[in-house]
Amino acid sequence: MLENLLLNHYEAAAVILSGIGLTNLLLQRNLIKKIIGLNIMDTAVYLFLAAKGYVAGRAAPILIEKAGGGWLTSSSIYVNPVPAGLVLTGIVVSVSVTAFSLALTLRLYEHYGTLNIDEALLKMTQEQEELEAKIEDAEEEVLA
Amino acid sequence: MNDELKSIWLKFFNWVMGNGPRPENEVLPPEPPPDLPFTQKPHDKFSRFHEATLKERYNQWLEIHGLHIFSILYSALSILTCLVIVVLLLATVAELPPFGHERNPANNEVIRRYVEHGWHETGAQNIVAGLILDYRAFDTFGESSVLFTAAVSVLMILGNSRSSKKYKFKQLHVYRNDDTILRGVAVMAIPVILMMGCVVVINGHLSAGGGFAGGAILSTALILCANAYGFESVRRFFNERIFIVSSSTALMIYALSKGYSFFTGANQLHSIIPKGVVGNILSAGLILPLNICVGLIVAGTLYGFYALFSEGDI
Repeated sequence: MLENLLLNHYEAAAVILSGIGLTNLLLQRNLIKKIIGLNIMDTAVYLFLAAKGYVAGRAAPILIEKAGGGWLTSSSIYVNPVPAGLVLTGIVVSVSVTAFSLALTLRLYEHYGTLNIDEALLKMTQEQEELEAKIEDAEEEVLA
Repeated sequence: MNDELKSIWLKFFNWVMGNGPRPENEVLPPEPPPDLPFTQKPHDKFSRFHEATLKERYNQWLEIHGLHIFSILYSALSILTCLVIVVLLLATVAELPPFGHERNPANNEVIRRYVEHGWHETGAQNIVAGLILDYRAFDTFGESSVLFTAAVSVLMILGNSRSSKKYKFKQLHVYRNDDTILRGVAVMAIPVILMMGCVVVINGHLSAGGGFAGGAILSTALILCANAYGFESVRRFFNERIFIVSSSTALMIYALSKGYSFFTGANQLHSIIPKGVVGNILSAGLILPLNICVGLIVAGTLYGFYALFSEGDI
């Protein structure tokens, strides 16, 4: 088993990276650090896909010209092109999600003055209580 | 029984959400009168009516220490969960086929088909470009839409600096308008970066790169320009309106042209789009215009992210 792990050390590193990212996501109370944890998990996925597409001793999947014209089209000289496309999808989605969550975090910081999710939640609860008290007062005034 | 369970669950839920009574808001139980005459003091050690019951004391203890214990438990549990997940995944990795071996199940007949027939079916020298912009073009269309949607959402969330609610962070940025070194480097670097980006976009079907990589390079030129000459100078030729119009036009062109291509291909109709000779710039059918569309969207979006996060406006 250990030999296999050493042989697949890229995949093992990807798995460990994804574990680090998940721990970061769960344990950090700072929202920006949480987003960084998410990005570490994304990176682990890219590493895993790129490692799965590699074939030892083969060239990148761009056709090589033959000496006398024409193209070398044998499938035994190029690596797997599908993981490249999948990694592209992953990168785009990760960039979009990161930008969107950072924008929301910026707005949250503007409103509550903190990046700590516990403090922000506490302030949110207090705000809601104040709002409810105000609504009750207004209702009493209307009834009176 | 069910009601009891429900009330316990409600109490626990309130406690987790932090809705429960806080120590400072709690009504303390009335203190026993301090100067009771000695004879009236309870001397029976079993009648401890003046003391809090076990449940009350437990609740008090929970309110003082509960959050602390909860956070310790939470940390321990999350570390344990992650460790379990990592160990399970490592056990799976140990069972995977060996790294880089050509007989791996991932290198199956799909790959043979893409490599051996992709070049004359799509006309692209770069097999990955033929894969993502011809065989699986709707996937890439979805990616571009996701990127555009993210840019528009960030614009909606952050881009209200023109309204009365001013952006608080703007004052933190001090733009130096007399940075000679940065401007001198920018004058030399921006044309080279723009040319590099265009080459990567236009040669997407011949060499490594394509719309996404080239668009990212183009956006770095815009960001450098904004840093050296200020956002106003970029806004002269690339503002919010131009961003929205160019990105939506590129998306529309992408959807219509690829829709036509898929329609004719799926129905065995004659397509008017020529494949060209593999290896020429003007070849590979729709891949070149699609790469340009994707490059426009990516360049606009990435610059838009930068401008929105640093200025609050494109």
